[in-house]
Amino acid sequence: MTPNHKLNPNNWIKLYSDYLFNYTILRVNDREIAQDLVSETFLSGLKSIVNFKGKASERTWLTSILKRKIIDHYRKINSNKGKAVVKMHYKNTSEFEGDWLEERVADSFDKTAEGIIENSELGDAIYHCISKLPEKQAQIFKMKTIIGYETEVICNELDITSSNLWVQIHRARTALAACLEKNWFKA
Amino acid sequence: MKKLFISHEQAKHICDKRQYDEATFPERVKLSIRIAWCRLTKAYSKKNNELTSTIKQADMSCLNQTEREKLQHQFEKELRKL
Repeated sequence: MTPNHKLNPNNWIKLYSDYLFNYTILRVNDREIAQDLVSETFLSGLKSIVNFKGKASERTWLTSILKRKIIDHYRKINSNKGKAVVKMHYKNTSEFEGDWLEERVADSFDKTAEGIIENSELGDAIYHCISKLPEKQAQIFKMKTIIGYETEVICNELDITSSNLWVQIHRARTALAACLEKNWFKA
Repeated sequence: MKKLFISHEQAKHICDKRQYDEATFPERVKLSIRIAWCRLTKAYSKKNNELTSTIKQADMSCLNQTEREKLQHQFEKELRKL
């Protein structure tokens, strides 16, 4: 594959911060940790610019850095938990010799893991479609639909009329429905 | 009586507002009447409702203004060091 992707860090926050934040929060379930991980991802990205070969898109490249950050985050948590498990849960009987107690307990996380992955993929597809919208339209749509701000708050914040807001919302929803139809439901 | 009948464009507008629970009761009645006899409005409404449930299902999050500004500030500080 010919390297044809270029990096433009000046646009990273504008283009990818919401996508990466959504990706992270579904996996760590904590707003502050998610923000820190996204911030660290951008900073690592800056430091690794020289390593970028242009074979993947900016978003894919940043996501791969973020994935490593998330794994490191869990590794850090689990390294502490692991020490406690050794002391508390190791059962040394002849029948279960070498088995971990936790291996024989149903993991409630597994029941929802599939759902989380599916939601995450759906979220990725929606963010992919949002990234194709004009900037202002995407901003209005996210404020209204994802954050859930009142119409009045958005109008004051962005200095637009309510009828203008609804026109933008209508255009965004129409474009999103078409994009998801093509990329998610038919894929 | 005439006021109960709305155009397809008006119906789409009300349908959009309804996705965010911002359509008034009279508006919802007018929309229901339109949906009952207009195939186009019915199709639009169905698609719009599907989009809403898809977005809800994805349980999405994004940064609010303050969080984004904080992130931008940190990032610009690092960017200037390059």
